[in-house]
Amino acid sequence: MNTTTQLLRFITAGSVDDGKSTLIGRLLHDSKSIFEDQFSAISKTSEKRGMDAVDLSLLTDGLQAEREQGITIDVAYRYFATPKRKFIIGDTPGHEQYTRNMVTAASTANLVVILIDARRGVLVQTRRHTYLASLVGVPHIVLAVNKMDMVDYSQARFDEIVTEYKAFAAQLNLHDVTCIPMSALVGDMVVDRGENLAWYKGPALLELLEKVEIDHDVNTSDFRFPVQWVCRPQSEEHHDFRGFAGRIEAGEVSVGDEVTILPSGRSTKVKEIVTYDGKLQTAFAPQSVTITLADEIDISRGDMFVKASANPPKVEKAFEAMMCWLSEAPLDKNRKYLVKHTTRTAKCLFSSIDYRVDVNTLEKHANPEVNMNDIVRVGIKIQQPLVFDSYTTDRATGSFIVIDEATNNTVAAGMIA
Amino acid sequence: MSKHTLSHLDALESESIHIMREVAAECKNPALLFSGGKDSIVMLRLAEKAFRPAKFPFPLVHIDTEHNFPEVIATRDKLAADLGERLIVRSLEDSIKRGTIVIKDESKPRNPFQSVTLLETIAEFGFDACMGGARRDEEKARAKERIFSFRDEFGQWDPKNQRPELWDTYNTRVHPGENIRVFPISNWTEMDIWQYIGREKLHIPSIYYAHEREVIRRNGMLVPISDLVQPKTGEKVEVVTVRFRTVGDVTCTAPVESNARTVDEIIEETATSRITERGATRMDDQTSDASMELRKKEGYF
Repeated sequence: MNTTTQLLRFITAGSVDDGKSTLIGRLLHDSKSIFEDQFSAISKTSEKRGMDAVDLSLLTDGLQAEREQGITIDVAYRYFATPKRKFIIGDTPGHEQYTRNMVTAASTANLVVILIDARRGVLVQTRRHTYLASLVGVPHIVLAVNKMDMVDYSQARFDEIVTEYKAFAAQLNLHDVTCIPMSALVGDMVVDRGENLAWYKGPALLELLEKVEIDHDVNTSDFRFPVQWVCRPQSEEHHDFRGFAGRIEAGEVSVGDEVTILPSGRSTKVKEIVTYDGKLQTAFAPQSVTITLADEIDISRGDMFVKASANPPKVEKAFEAMMCWLSEAPLDKNRKYLVKHTTRTAKCLFSSIDYRVDVNTLEKHANPEVNMNDIVRVGIKIQQPLVFDSYTTDRATGSFIVIDEATNNTVAAGMIA
Repeated sequence: MSKHTLSHLDALESESIHIMREVAAECKNPALLFSGGKDSIVMLRLAEKAFRPAKFPFPLVHIDTEHNFPEVIATRDKLAADLGERLIVRSLEDSIKRGTIVIKDESKPRNPFQSVTLLETIAEFGFDACMGGARRDEEKARAKERIFSFRDEFGQWDPKNQRPELWDTYNTRVHPGENIRVFPISNWTEMDIWQYIGREKLHIPSIYYAHEREVIRRNGMLVPISDLVQPKTGEKVEVVTVRFRTVGDVTCTAPVESNARTVDEIIEETATSRITERGATRMDDQTSDASMELRKKEGYF
């Protein structure tokens, strides 16, 4: 274990029937990430339930509230590491009503593993999961064709499923799709290759997770730095220090670079890039730094530093977006909500609700009511200008959440068109 | 790796700094819960990285069970003093005097009562956000908790009614009287913590390193002898070389047998450990399958 391994965040989508929990259990077990006390606890439970083998799916069984109802109610995060990478798994339930959970977990993921049962092939829920992954812009997709042991490890069956799936994925503009045949139950092509799928020459799942290229999952070209917090020590030693603390959301910045502060549009030069560990010459996404400037300009939280580039951000009081409604209370067109975008929060109004996408068929339905789990296309007007990019250009500056001021709940997640 | 790549520790560090700055910028009156344990010591370093050269825009708060290891309390006081930051200590004894906590058995763990004093302290100072050093890899209830975990007036966590948390866009809004628990190191594992302690050369209480200690064996765990824990008839006191993987209430925190006397040796041991951190060391988590979930619903961190 060294300290220079990379971090990869991925999620698994599929239902319990597809063997999703078994797959996670298999990954953790075969990569030796399960501890003895956890294993002995699930062994005891398996025995109590009269099972012959240890049920690895019990590892992801979480809360008492869930056990009582026999369902997974929320996103659970799990961690494991190999000598090559550290992994964070967002485990999401496959139930239809939990679209919002998948959107939530996918929002931070580099990769999604979509599970299907080789016997059943591409189902409605496979399309739904794939559509949601594309909507949330997960950069890498793995189609895990599980339960190959139940179809005699048939290459013909695998090829048939892959052909059907790739035709569907092509409609959604997905760039990086890898299909892997496997048996999570037996352990083929998860961590170890096993002996039953010799005809398959691609990577096993863990091998892929360890080597998939993720450096360009963040936008590396268009510098974006939303100011989070203004650092003014007002002490003897740092009397004149005025730094702008935040995280670089995209691109890179160097001392001496000319930056424009939006929405005001004033320009100046970067004087220093300050960190606790010393000053930097250059910093890049997603580093958290403190920037000082050559000129004194009135800057506060919510402002954004950018550099001139071929893709300037928009500075406007309205935009179009795709949105996933997360709240049990339906959208009320007559009400004002709050939008939180990067470090700025402002009042907003829905100027139009154009259509709802049926996540199963991808059909568009005009003038919809907007209920929980609905994916809708909307127009939004904002009380003050926001500095934004399209979501496909930059996940960080193209995303927003909607908050209901009355309840303070997060009621929607949006992706700017 | 290309020049645009952060190591996993740098990526986790940047995420935690970002979270702390969101709290400082958006919450009116936040606090950082600081116990002197290893996770909260990592939190202090992250706060230095987030806010220096300025002072922290919040005080440090410790809810003292007075069932602590003296080395941990000494470290707590030294670190707060060295950093020049304000430390607020509120003790369970105060709640006991007020009558809001009734202790029946002095030798029993006080962790279940910590929530009472925490909620009283939140009310006393009007804190709207408390940052804590809990990690999702510690326990299955924590694995399902948000980074910004909303609590009602009773400090209760409702696992079925959590705010969706998307991207790194955190909803920090609360009504008066409610508050948010924030866990900036949610995504760190025990291994990450040790690697970070090593990399940052952090000073941690000596009891995390291997030392000789008088213990008795009880229910498969090593129970340290203290004023509060004495051998029962038939129990044999042994001197064993041990270290603590977690530190909490002296009556319910068990050490593990270990010869690891440096951070590197602990990292080595953590890499090959076959028992979870809390599984090896926390008697209070083992009373039922849902101990942590139930305590969280009562207002625990």
